[in-house]
Amino acid sequence: MFQKVLVANRGEIAVRILRTLRELGIPSVAIYSEADVGALHVELADEAVLIGPAPATASYLDADAIVAACQASGCDALHPGYGFLSENAAFAARCCDEGITFVGPSSEVIALMGDKIRARRLVASLGLPIVPGTLEPVETVSEARAAGAELGFPVAIKAAGGGGGIGFRVARDPEELEQALASSRSEGERFFGNGEVYIERYFDDPRHVEVQILGDSTGNVVHLGERDCTIQRRHQKLVEESPAPTVSADVRSRMTGLATTLAAHIGYTTAGTIEGLLVDDDFYFLEMNTRLQVEHPVTEAVTGLDLVREQLAAAAGQPLSVTQADVRTEGTAIECRINAEAAHKNFIPSPGTIERYSEPSDARVDSGVRGGSIVSPHYDSLLAKVIAIGDTREEATAHMIEALDEFEIVGVATLLPFHRSLLRTTQWAEAGTARDLISDRDWLRATA
Amino acid sequence: MTAPGEILSPITGSVFRIHAAVGDAVEVEQVVAIIESMKLEIEVESELAGTIVSVLVAEGDAIAEGDAMFTVQ
Repeated sequence: MFQKVLVANRGEIAVRILRTLRELGIPSVAIYSEADVGALHVELADEAVLIGPAPATASYLDADAIVAACQASGCDALHPGYGFLSENAAFAARCCDEGITFVGPSSEVIALMGDKIRARRLVASLGLPIVPGTLEPVETVSEARAAGAELGFPVAIKAAGGGGGIGFRVARDPEELEQALASSRSEGERFFGNGEVYIERYFDDPRHVEVQILGDSTGNVVHLGERDCTIQRRHQKLVEESPAPTVSADVRSRMTGLATTLAAHIGYTTAGTIEGLLVDDDFYFLEMNTRLQVEHPVTEAVTGLDLVREQLAAAAGQPLSVTQADVRTEGTAIECRINAEAAHKNFIPSPGTIERYSEPSDARVDSGVRGGSIVSPHYDSLLAKVIAIGDTREEATAHMIEALDEFEIVGVATLLPFHRSLLRTTQWAEAGTARDLISDRDWLRATA
Repeated sequence: MTAPGEILSPITGSVFRIHAAVGDAVEVEQVVAIIESMKLEIEVESELAGTIVSVLVAEGDAIAEGDAMFTVQ
């Protein structure tokens, strides 16, 4: 395995990766910005390196500073987590050039899947279903109008380098196209350095379902079943569960077949996720995320595997611990993201200081904070994740409600009240969609 | 309705865009600035109707919740 691994991230995912490194007996190095002095991940690592000021561009996105930290601390591998540089092909190539193992796919695979237009073309060329839309960048308003007329409104305009809801606009009619095109392009340029956009048919209230993939350098590719991530706000996930509550055996087999076919075709050698939309019983490829996902713990909970351990083994050239025949799933797992946000105020973020913090005793909590932690305006709002399991979805829901009721965070607004209410609704019990749940303002207002 | 006063920042973050200048007329709920906080762009809406008489912040400034951003008359 590795001599020493640098975790190029912060918050709950850095803490999560550090835990597995400790279990494997691999020395760890954390990096931190000036805003994260005293942060939990800094304390839990064997060593920590200050890499720059608070803004992410000057710290967690600063490739030079991170490579220098690897070299100064003698790390032979780097785990990027999610976000930040995890899907940056140039950074993965840089690590490779510097002799640092990047715990993730090759820079070529990151670049291929990071360009959503190329990824769509590849999946379509394999004869697999993609969301109907353009296979080439859309340059002009008249091209956009033509695409809209062919697909039917509403349509989604998306940045080719985008993700996480950034560079994503919806045009409900031809009049909205020009503005949507301009906004999507401008966000793509600003956040991803890529102004190319494409147009897809927009499904108003689909289910978001994704398949977890693992691969290694021996050519073994397995899927670990699916996750349903339908409950979102601003195109970002809030609740995830596995297995998906509305998926039949036939649909599951088509989804997982698509995912393993694609992963095997590109020679995938680490953890990844194939995301799709489920509209009635039709599954369409949306995009592939070539990294660990925020919601990976629900898959860990139903399979009993440690995905970070599998990633590290695969990166070290070792085989995965399982073949497809070994993968067994048991029960249902649910994850609730505890963001520092006020749900009743349109999910406005809530930076500040955590005054009191007490975790539930009977559920998995992946957290990046504790009492006294500062929630900085410089980073995203995810504080912690609660993962509950049960033999059935009802039982997992009951366990989650108990855990949420016991979880106490005081000092910043959090989504704890939102999740406590959401999991008690009949819409949740009936596996409702985002529109059923988030758009029902009556119960949402009550989460103040 | 016209009332003198200040437009305050709803959140701690940094000023990303300023959409109003001295002399501009503003209406209630008009978006006068955008603050970036926790990777989101938060629109700042005026709670007042009137004319901007001073702009107290610049794009890129760090700002705390409740800080005055504009004065309105």
